[in-house]
Amino acid sequence: MDLNKRYTAQSWPDHPETATLEGKNKFVGFWLLLAAETVTFASLFATYLALKDRGPEGSEFTAAGLFELPLVFAMTMILLTSSLTSVYAMHHMKNHNFKAMQAWLGITVLLGLTFLGLEIYEFNHYVHLGFGYTTSAFSSAFFTLVGTHGAHVLFGLSWFIALMIRNSKRGLNMYNAPKFYLAALYWHFIDVVWVFIFTVVYLMGVIG
Amino acid sequence: MSSLAQKKGFGAVIWDYLTTVDHKKIAILYLISGGFFFLVGGLEAMMIRIQLMKAGNDFLSAGLYNEIITMHGTTMIFLAAMPLLLAFMNAVMPLQIGARDVAFPFLNSLGFWLFFFGGIFLNLSWFMGGAPDAGWTNYASLALASEGHGIDFYSLGLTISGFGTLIAGINFLVTIINMRAPGMTYMRMPLFTWTTFVASALILLAFPPLTIGLFFMVFDRLFGANFFVVEMGGNTIIWEHLFWIFGHPEVYILVLPAFGIFSEIFAIFSRKRLFGYTALVFATILIGFYGFMVWAHHMFTVGLGPTANAVFALATMIIAVPTGIKIFSWLLTIWGGSISFTVPMVYAVAFIPSFVAGGVTGVMQAMAPLDYQLHDSYFIVAHFHYVIVGGVVLAILAGTHLYWPKMFGTMLSEKLGMITFWFFFIGFHLTFFIQHFLGLLGMPRRVYTFGADQGWDLFNMISSVGALFMAIGVLVMLVNVVLTTVKNVRVGNDPWGDGRTLEWAIPSPPPFYNFAQTPLVRGLDTYWIEKMEGNKEGMVYAEPLGDVHMPNGSIIPLIMSFGMFVAAFGALYFLDDSKPWALAVLIIGLGITFGSMLVRSLKDDLGFHITKEELIEDAKRGGNTDGLK
Amino acid sequence: MMKGLTNWRLFALLTALLVFLSGCGREEISTLIPAGKVAQDQFNLLILSTIVMTFVIIVVSVIFVLAIVKFRRSKLGDDMIPEQVEGSAKLEFIWTAVPIVLLLILAVPTVYSTFDLADVTAMDAETEEGEKENLTVNVTAKLYWWEFEYPEQGVVTAQELVVPTDERVYFNLISADIKHSFWIPSVGGKLDVNPENVNKFYLEFDQESSELEDGVFYGKCAELCGPSHALMDFKVKSVDREEFDQWIAAMQEEPEPAAEALAQEGEETFANSCIGCHAVSGTAPAGMQGPNLTTFGDRNRVAGFLEHNEENLKNWIENPQEYKPGNLMPDGKTNNGGEPFSEQELDALAAYLMSLSVEE
Repeated sequence: MDLNKRYTAQSWPDHPETATLEGKNKFVGFWLLLAAETVTFASLFATYLALKDRGPEGSEFTAAGLFELPLVFAMTMILLTSSLTSVYAMHHMKNHNFKAMQAWLGITVLLGLTFLGLEIYEFNHYVHLGFGYTTSAFSSAFFTLVGTHGAHVLFGLSWFIALMIRNSKRGLNMYNAPKFYLAALYWHFIDVVWVFIFTVVYLMGVIG
Repeated sequence: MSSLAQKKGFGAVIWDYLTTVDHKKIAILYLISGGFFFLVGGLEAMMIRIQLMKAGNDFLSAGLYNEIITMHGTTMIFLAAMPLLLAFMNAVMPLQIGARDVAFPFLNSLGFWLFFFGGIFLNLSWFMGGAPDAGWTNYASLALASEGHGIDFYSLGLTISGFGTLIAGINFLVTIINMRAPGMTYMRMPLFTWTTFVASALILLAFPPLTIGLFFMVFDRLFGANFFVVEMGGNTIIWEHLFWIFGHPEVYILVLPAFGIFSEIFAIFSRKRLFGYTALVFATILIGFYGFMVWAHHMFTVGLGPTANAVFALATMIIAVPTGIKIFSWLLTIWGGSISFTVPMVYAVAFIPSFVAGGVTGVMQAMAPLDYQLHDSYFIVAHFHYVIVGGVVLAILAGTHLYWPKMFGTMLSEKLGMITFWFFFIGFHLTFFIQHFLGLLGMPRRVYTFGADQGWDLFNMISSVGALFMAIGVLVMLVNVVLTTVKNVRVGNDPWGDGRTLEWAIPSPPPFYNFAQTPLVRGLDTYWIEKMEGNKEGMVYAEPLGDVHMPNGSIIPLIMSFGMFVAAFGALYFLDDSKPWALAVLIIGLGITFGSMLVRSLKDDLGFHITKEELIEDAKRGGNTDGLK
Repeated sequence: MMKGLTNWRLFALLTALLVFLSGCGREEISTLIPAGKVAQDQFNLLILSTIVMTFVIIVVSVIFVLAIVKFRRSKLGDDMIPEQVEGSAKLEFIWTAVPIVLLLILAVPTVYSTFDLADVTAMDAETEEGEKENLTVNVTAKLYWWEFEYPEQGVVTAQELVVPTDERVYFNLISADIKHSFWIPSVGGKLDVNPENVNKFYLEFDQESSELEDGVFYGKCAELCGPSHALMDFKVKSVDREEFDQWIAAMQEEPEPAAEALAQEGEETFANSCIGCHAVSGTAPAGMQGPNLTTFGDRNRVAGFLEHNEENLKNWIENPQEYKPGNLMPDGKTNNGGEPFSEQELDALAAYLMSLSVEE
């Protein structure tokens, strides 16, 4: 692959992420990785449901008593929006518009950081209520499930930032286009997982 | 950049292997380290059988015995059987589909080093305060009660090596999906490639639950979480579910590639196309599919209730159908063939009755009420050794003989191979057949001693004698390897004379770029077709001779894995007040791993090209340069 | 087992044959010599599946042997190229369909028996007077011993389960520490003893254990539970209903003080050093630290596995860790407040413990 080859919007392929064999391999491999990630989160969800509201004798913490929807709803909206902005970024990537892509990715990163900040605030709030990681089986399961998602968010943000800085000078080429694409795909996956967390942990926790 | 092969010093060879991304060299790394762990696990097995040779023996203490059985099981499954199969997958599968390498050569190397450091970490427990002692299944209540750091070595070590295996699985899947040569449709793929494909899919979906279970175990023991702590609302059955959701597919992860190796052997040494190839492929897929729906048959006595037990009993029985299809297809493959009893074929032939015996006892245990008697008795020990040794280990021994020439360019001695076979085969049946009856006579498994008054003495003695036979067989095999390597008699492309698939159409060992020109595949058993049509070259080509693109080697996978290894020590001593440096070690380790990941991500690595001229020159010299620069 | 499917006479014959062939082990513990309905049902399934599986093995073996004899290259010559057969729809159909039929034969009794053996609805059945119709035993597994509580009768014992013959006995199983598994091989399959939930099942004892050579059935822990897992044995005495009622009545009585001088001395030592963990009354509450010793003199083994004599008992009291590593009983020195027991004290303790008996 020749990194020095200059593309224009016209010579740029429709699907730059799969235009090379390396790109194709990454594309398929990453989807498979997401399958493994899905099983990972399925295991975490199953464990959470089995241990929901379980604690030592006399434990006062239950999902219904603990969680409050407004903050979590705001977090959900922020993350969903960031997924949308990453779609815009990929749209510009496919149109070989590097500056617009970087801009939209920047917004995505800001939204992601906001989400992460709110999550840290939320966790901190629970810990202040006395609901720490080691309080009960319920607390361990909750923090592990939501925390694993949070770690994924952190990793996704680091990935975006590293790519943006590394390629800020040289623009798009066939070597880095698949990388941007996969980072965005990862971001969507994180978003989907969050939708499940919002539903299973928070909504079902508060309602039933 | 030149690909000319030159004699290089020992240091250069070592460096080459530490940095290699060539699937054939990674295969050799897997073979050596898997073989090493196989010997370690075998030594542990011998100690078990010495201890149980007679009633009330005091060769091993109770605690040490539990450590040895745990490490025997864990080592054999995770560090011996799987890596050895991964060795053959790496060595052969890309050649079978006509690819120049796997899809992600860098990740291939990373997968190996993760496995390697995970295995080393696990075994360091012997020298650092005691090995894990809760059985290879590591059931949670006992594991949490276990003192010392043994269980932590288990959880962290398996987490690391598990990541390696997962990476290998994804890599093979993508390789098979994307890298097949022109004309190599799915239904023309050799059966070993097919079983690699399905086993990789199982790895992909089965390892995450294990990883999660291990994480829970680590968090519970080292960071104060409560997943399995009953007083805090935890539940130990969750571990059993997660472990067996992984554990049952794991059986098929091991046995499907074994089926693949035997399928190749039956066809080659009967000079006959596989009978019912399509059925064999679909049986493979079905076994993989059902493999995920039967985990609770390991938990019939847990108290899940009659409905769950009945459903899982029926689901389990169904697996006998595709397995039966396979057995009969193999029988009909050799039927009407021209059977040549080479060492690999002798193993394959011996595999059929051995594996059928393991299969039928499996169906017996699928009958839940009967399993209440058989579960956790010596019957189950006999059953799974019939499946794993009678299926997987025989396949590994057969595969070693079959693919040795392709991997190293020399033939293992047939004579010594036969001696190994007879010792191993007789020893195997002597050791394990009698154990069925020990179980029926009421002997529970995992007991470090037994009383003389229970009627088990003679059978245990017989079983121990059998183990000695197996050990002799393995030692003869080692002698065979050494002698063959010293003699160093080189062989040609198709040393068995009846090769059918692409790997036999190229030099032994193949050049590091595998195929100077990508082959064009014209049917199942493509090399056989070319041979029958009198094509001297053994291949037709899909492209003219031109420049070949190859990946660069890299030391980063080793460093990345080493970082995990360091971090694991930090986690291990995290709660230890006398070791305040633990947190720092954890952070440094993770820093190394993520730092090298960042370097890998940011530094462009575009590989290099072998020019057409170099390819022509290499072909003149025999076309099997190893790419050592 | 379903009627119709079972030809009892045939089974009896096969049983005899199997006993003859494999030397079936000891009747105290072998699953091949069933001594109750549950074990018998499971044994019948074993026989049924063995027959079906033997058929499979024979078919495979015949094809296998014929193939490797008939189609050897040494016989056929080196140059022979066999016909490259692709397959045969007919054959493939047969070897898919026949196994399915064979599995159905196994599946029906499996499902029936799974539900039958898990049916504990009669556990809570009461007579008109409000008494439980069936005997229930609460089993608690502890590192490395077993406690048996008879809740309706208010009786507790340990290490030796006493049950009436020819009736269903229901069990509640729970662990006080880590997971164990409750298994009496000759009477019925095992059930796990979990720390987080009560498991229930039933067993039937058709044979009086006094007919056995050793006088008891052997029970085992079947789930790895630590260093002394292998030694976590218990024993079962099955007696007829009348004798069982007598035993219960004897257990409910207040224990009499020791009669002999040496035993009296031992009783004193026991009161100073042992009573904190071990009860010597059958009506003491369940859940004590150590096993209830009310029936100690009647037992078959010391600590579940050592031959039942005073020598072993004294050794055990002095140094339990040497015999059962990892168990929770402190050594003699600790129990005696820092001084090892004197030989005299050990003799007295042994005499006292051996005198504890509820049997005539």
